Amino acid sequence: MSPVLLFWLAGSGLIGLSVYGLIVNPHPLCKLLALNLLGSGVFLLFGVIARRGASAGLGGDPVPQALVITGIVVAFSATAIAVALLLRLHSEAGEASIDEEEDGQP
Amino acid sequence: METAFDIVLALLLLGVGGWSVIARNMMTAVIVFIAYGLLLSLAWVRLHAIDVSLTEAAIGSGATGLLMVIAAHKVAGDTKRVVQLSRGFHALAAVFAALVAIGIAALAFVLPGEPVSLAAPVLARLPESGLGNPVAGVLFVFRSFDTLLEKVVLLLALTGVWALARDEDWGGVPGLRLFPERHSVLGLLARTLPPIGFVFAIYMTWAGADVPGGAFQGGTVLAAMWILVMVAGVRKAPRVSSPLLRLAIVTGPVVFLLIGFLGFLTPGAFLAYPEGFAKPLIVAMEIALTLSIAVILGLLIAGPPKGEDAP
Amino acid sequence: MMPLQALAVTETTPGGALLVLGIVMTAVALVGLIGLGGRGARAIVIAALLFQLYVSVRVALMVAGTQSPLAYVVGGFHPPLGITLRADGISALMMVVSAAIFLGAAAFAWKDFAQPKGKPESRASLIFWTALLAMASALNLLFTSSDLFNLYVGIELLTFAAIPVAAIKGGADTLRAALRYLLFAVFGSMLYLFGIVLLYGAYGTLDISGLAAQLQPNAATLTAAGFVTVGLLAKTALFPFHLWLPPAHAGAPAAGSAVLSALVVKGSLFLLMRLWFDTFPTLREPADMQLLALFGALAVIVGSITALRQQRLKLLVAYSTVAQIGYMFFVFTLAPKDAGALIAETAWTGAWTQVVAHAFAKAGMFLAAGLAAEVLGHDRIRDLGGLSSRAPLVVLAFALSGLSLMGLPPSGGFNAKFMLLVAALAEGHWAWGAVIIAGGMLAGAYVFGVLARMMAEPAAGASLKAVGHGRQWIALGLSAVAVLMGLLPLEPIAFLAIGRAL
Repeated sequence: MSPVLLFWLAGSGLIGLSVYGLIVNPHPLCKLLALNLLGSGVFLLFGVIARRGASAGLGGDPVPQALVITGIVVAFSATAIAVALLLRLHSEAGEASIDEEEDGQP
Repeated sequence: METAFDIVLALLLLGVGGWSVIARNMMTAVIVFIAYGLLLSLAWVRLHAIDVSLTEAAIGSGATGLLMVIAAHKVAGDTKRVVQLSRGFHALAAVFAALVAIGIAALAFVLPGEPVSLAAPVLARLPESGLGNPVAGVLFVFRSFDTLLEKVVLLLALTGVWALARDEDWGGVPGLRLFPERHSVLGLLARTLPPIGFVFAIYMTWAGADVPGGAFQGGTVLAAMWILVMVAGVRKAPRVSSPLLRLAIVTGPVVFLLIGFLGFLTPGAFLAYPEGFAKPLIVAMEIALTLSIAVILGLLIAGPPKGEDAP
Repeated sequence: MMPLQALAVTETTPGGALLVLGIVMTAVALVGLIGLGGRGARAIVIAALLFQLYVSVRVALMVAGTQSPLAYVVGGFHPPLGITLRADGISALMMVVSAAIFLGAAAFAWKDFAQPKGKPESRASLIFWTALLAMASALNLLFTSSDLFNLYVGIELLTFAAIPVAAIKGGADTLRAALRYLLFAVFGSMLYLFGIVLLYGAYGTLDISGLAAQLQPNAATLTAAGFVTVGLLAKTALFPFHLWLPPAHAGAPAAGSAVLSALVVKGSLFLLMRLWFDTFPTLREPADMQLLALFGALAVIVGSITALRQQRLKLLVAYSTVAQIGYMFFVFTLAPKDAGALIAETAWTGAWTQVVAHAFAKAGMFLAAGLAAEVLGHDRIRDLGGLSSRAPLVVLAFALSGLSLMGLPPSGGFNAKFMLLVAALAEGHWAWGAVIIAGGMLAGAYVFGVLARMMAEPAAGASLKAVGHGRQWIALGLSAVAVLMGLLPLEPIAFLAIGRAL
């Protein structure tokens, strides 16, 4: 089995796992973790596409590799904002929950 | 042999990734996620993407993991609202997730048989820039517009985190937990590691033009050193309104923008480099960016300002 | 290796540099704002937005003058290696609309986000002004970039600017809404990115025109189109992904709500229209497009009925955004690839008239709702009485915006809905025609419900505060634009077709 196919399968599996996590974990931190897992799975697929395009003496196509680097930084930025929101919410409301029924009348 | 290694690695990725999703305790989940990130950087090595591997280890696993550890520590008590879902619901979610995974896996067989690649065009035009690392070439030459915008995204993430300060705490120091015991191991590390890390970071930035590495990886190492120093209480975190701090934050983006505008004058296009000056300009930009990235990353992890005498 | 197909090479056109300036100058101002620590913040913002308006108008005039799009090759590197910017008629239109509304919102927020006395900046002033500049920059990027990954960075920039605005007030409900918004948005971007991987893997380019030239309707392409679309729908808050929008938009300060509802949701919508009409036109199968229209129809009905049931004014206005977005999705089925040119052009013009008219009407309405809350000290719809005697301009602004949202003549909303209706009936889509009419009646119910309350006697013991005339005129001005658009002739607008092969 070629590494290209193998890591594509791994990426698909990771996306599946994160979808499961997104559905069954109600806590926003768990959702954030699952979203990061989802991102890493998608990025891994970028890596597979890059590896598939190995040519001209390079071990992989540098364009998708560069896109992943930018993508990782953007995903990290989202995580930083989400963590800050989550912690502020925790200190305001006593716990961090995004459940709807809490949207009471102020 | 290599195939066996890849198979084990892929299975480990799925196993550890899955563990982080189903772990009951949030702190366990987060720590498992960090381990997962390290495995993932190994997978990037196997995919011949060393630059990505370094970024994944530094940002995807390291910085993201640290943020989530801080968060998991603070929200550890949030258990009373965990909804108990029925077994049937779990099974349904699992089936749905499995279908998604199988569907995506099946796409491996429908992509065109002939792989596409921009490797050759990148290599053909890379010498114009004088860079040796093709990934750096894509990031700083061919698609530098993305990279410029990514810096704006980082600035915005920082203001987004600062937005969550309380009004009365504005202008104060970020509320990173401090461990100010003078003689602890942490203190020792915080006094000895930074010089080494500093040299290493400079090397990474410098070398990034030709071999894997670059501003982001170098900046992350610097940020890690700074966070260590702040957490150990060797140096206080600066006030977010400090002019010097603001200068450090915007230096990288300002140099990037200036070089972008210089392109309008010569050779006549935004973000184009004057002939023969591409490499020195890129190295200058990377040095400025390393500084800004280090400060921004450190501040993102340190969190919003919490007032001067917060514990 | 597959040889890279020779693509139609775009070259930089005269005036192309304006497209760069339209994106970058607000980013320069943003960097300056952070670096200077708030000194002269508002002057910088107004200068940057005025410059953006100037650039946008210049772009629109040049597009109209040459009857062809402007283009810029960033760094001189052509796709597939590099990134190009391109402004056709709809890009130019949206650039002008966005610059105008941002200026209105900035002027409205001028006092609310002033620097505190004796200090160069406060938390709210730094955050609000940087976010406003970032949104302006990101939207122009979305309107002009031709590279799918560059657009991803732009759409994230827009999200990261919108979240702090939604969270700036800081109560638990607001924070919860902002967090939900962020998680939704990140999920949407991941789906979008997954689509991008497939497209790059199949075609080796991310350039919109390059992709369109070699697109094959195979499984990989269809899956990619599907994921990109669902990702963007989540960000556009189309039914059934709409639940995050109302609390997030209603929780922001008035000027923030105005730009979020008027412009920010249109960013991902613009990209969706761009993709389906320019990148994937050959994939537009009637059945899939009917599905998008169906969700649009459900958004119109569900959004309007939920708006009717709200007890707070800002939430009502936000739910009306959910409904009004729905109309824009009829274009996917009403401008089919094989329809008669006139019908397709009519639907196309109707959809963009709806985008623009809603932008002005909703900006005006949110500002009016903000002023109403300031006058009364609350925004309970039940107790809006007395507003008409205390602040008649606010009521007038709300009424004019409402006119356009209902789609009564003369207003931009009427033109939009009339043209969509004509196209729907001409193509035999009776159901969508009925939804367009029903949506207008439901909008009438919630707008008149609010107006009746505003005209009522003040509640006993209510103390009404005065608000400045300047801000009332800004709200009224924006609403008036939505109404004045009703003076446009009821026929396809040629400008909207420039640079496109409809």
